[in-house]
Amino acid sequence: MRILASIKIAGRALRRNKMRSLLTMLGVIIGVGAVIGSVSLTTGATKQVEDQVASLGENVITVFSGNFTSGGMRGGWGSAPTLTLDDAKAISQLPDVAAVSQEVRDREQILANGLNWNTQVMGESPDYPQILNRNMASGSMFTDQDVRSLAKSAIIGKTVVDQLFPNEDPLGQTIRIRNLPFQIIGVLAPKGFNLFGQDQDDIVVVPYSSHMHRITARTFLNDILVEASSDKTINKAQNEITDLLTVRHRSKDPDFTVRSQADLMDRVSASSRAMGFLLAGVAAVSLIVGGIGIMNIMLVSVTERTREIGIRMAVGARAADILVQFLIEAVTLSAIGGAIGIAGGMTFSWLIAYFKGWPTVTPTVWIVIAFVSSAIIGIISGFYPAWKASKLDPIDALRYE
Amino acid sequence: MNPVIKLDAIHKTYHTGEVDVHAVRGVSLEVIPGEFVALMGASGSGKSTLMNMIGALDRSTDGHYWLDGIDVSTLDRDALADVRNEKIGFVFQGFNLLSRTSALENVEMPMQYNRHRIHSHEQRTRAQHSLELVGLGPRADHHPNQLSGGQQQRVAIARALVNKPSLLLADEPTGNLDSQTSIEIMGVFQKLNDQGITIIMVTHELDVARFTKRMVILRDGRIVTDELVPNRSFAEKELLRLREEQQAVKLAS
Repeated sequence: MRILASIKIAGRALRRNKMRSLLTMLGVIIGVGAVIGSVSLTTGATKQVEDQVASLGENVITVFSGNFTSGGMRGGWGSAPTLTLDDAKAISQLPDVAAVSQEVRDREQILANGLNWNTQVMGESPDYPQILNRNMASGSMFTDQDVRSLAKSAIIGKTVVDQLFPNEDPLGQTIRIRNLPFQIIGVLAPKGFNLFGQDQDDIVVVPYSSHMHRITARTFLNDILVEASSDKTINKAQNEITDLLTVRHRSKDPDFTVRSQADLMDRVSASSRAMGFLLAGVAAVSLIVGGIGIMNIMLVSVTERTREIGIRMAVGARAADILVQFLIEAVTLSAIGGAIGIAGGMTFSWLIAYFKGWPTVTPTVWIVIAFVSSAIIGIISGFYPAWKASKLDPIDALRYE
Repeated sequence: MNPVIKLDAIHKTYHTGEVDVHAVRGVSLEVIPGEFVALMGASGSGKSTLMNMIGALDRSTDGHYWLDGIDVSTLDRDALADVRNEKIGFVFQGFNLLSRTSALENVEMPMQYNRHRIHSHEQRTRAQHSLELVGLGPRADHHPNQLSGGQQQRVAIARALVNKPSLLLADEPTGNLDSQTSIEIMGVFQKLNDQGITIIMVTHELDVARFTKRMVILRDGRIVTDELVPNRSFAEKELLRLREEQQAVKLAS
């Protein structure tokens, strides 16, 4: 028997009991709708977090120097004078490393324009904006030449501009750090707060050489920012750096720490994976409940239509024809329910996005999963009633009142 | 001429509970094309059981049954379904039409189960033709609840004919109809039989059996009488007489 004819018969049977069909579908509709809605919301939220992590710079590995302990006082990561410029140079020559920035950090009171402001003064290499995915709002970054010549050039962030040059163009102006005049040659495009609540625009960036010789007179780096050549090589690069520094520092206890953005990303995706499992669980439960509803109604339907089954068998329907007819009916119920549920869930997430301004994303794969699993639920829950119908004896079925 | 059906010492025993019920005990019967047979008997005579076996709805426990040369007694469930579809047209006492389905769609139904695909356009044409054969052409789009009992039975006959069966099997086809409609339906059967269609009809009414050509009477699972119908009734004459009688009653009152 043709599938198309079966679908037609199923459609007619379902239309005959519109209200009952709708109520039967409701279980699947609500289940699928809830899944699609919550998946859209959590995917949107996860994506937002991932974007933030990515905005810290993709493929970034940070090498912190070790903990500095002095007379029982432990200074925390980045305090021990263990990372040198030579370390940075050696790292920059590793095969999977694209760029390196030697970082020196210090808080300084800076003066300009008759105003003053306490901010983070960073010594960096010219690759700093590239590594951390930062753009210049105006002016340009200092160059390798500036690094070599210990140039008194500075790049400042938006917050510093607001505090020191509220009504003026800061480009070309001078700020004083420890009384040394630095010329502003560029302004960083604002980036806002990072995941940890730090203002990424409240900074002054100078060449690391200038920082080490003119401001702080340090010979060691706080940390080294490294950009891996791609997101695929980030773990390899991390291992290379660890191996390199272990050899270079000849230390049993590592006096440095290597962390990558991938670690953070892993943690984020681990939490979104956990959320995904939770949703899948909710989806499974609600679909099973919907499936039980379908099975129930299909059993009622088979009993109600015993005579019809008898007639069909008498005129030559095989057991398989009857089985397929009722299976298709069950699958039609659940698939239509699934489709309505998907549409409902997407509408819901769209409304949330529209009225609440939350980012929502409905992944296509979940739409497919929802639809396919509702169809599968239809097959599973429809099978027993359909099998029961197909096993009826035509003589008994014809006599059934 | 090869017989349409040939029963050879057919037995049917039901194993219900502790006692075996021998519903049919060795029935042998041949029906050749163009015959119109009435299968008669009181309830419990085994006529319904025999009917089910002839209709390939049930299998005998012993003996052989050839339908159109095929040994039906050896077939499995699916093959029996195919035999019912292609070789046999059923007409039931209770019409057994699908409700909320038009007459035309009811008649199309057996073609949906045909092993050879029949194009939906051809299904429509054949169903319409079949309905015209029983005089219901203009009512093709009516639903069963919009039709009288006689008309519903005609739809059922049209459905039975649509796959061009070798045998039309009618189980008490007039049981639910008044006497005039019964005669009309018997008229339909006689007309079809005149066109060469073989009909076997189960009935317990002698009046109805008189419209057939041959009477087979069963008792206790065995054939006790098998004879040609003497003084055969013809539907047209009977209807005419019925009308005259009604006229007479009207005049008298």
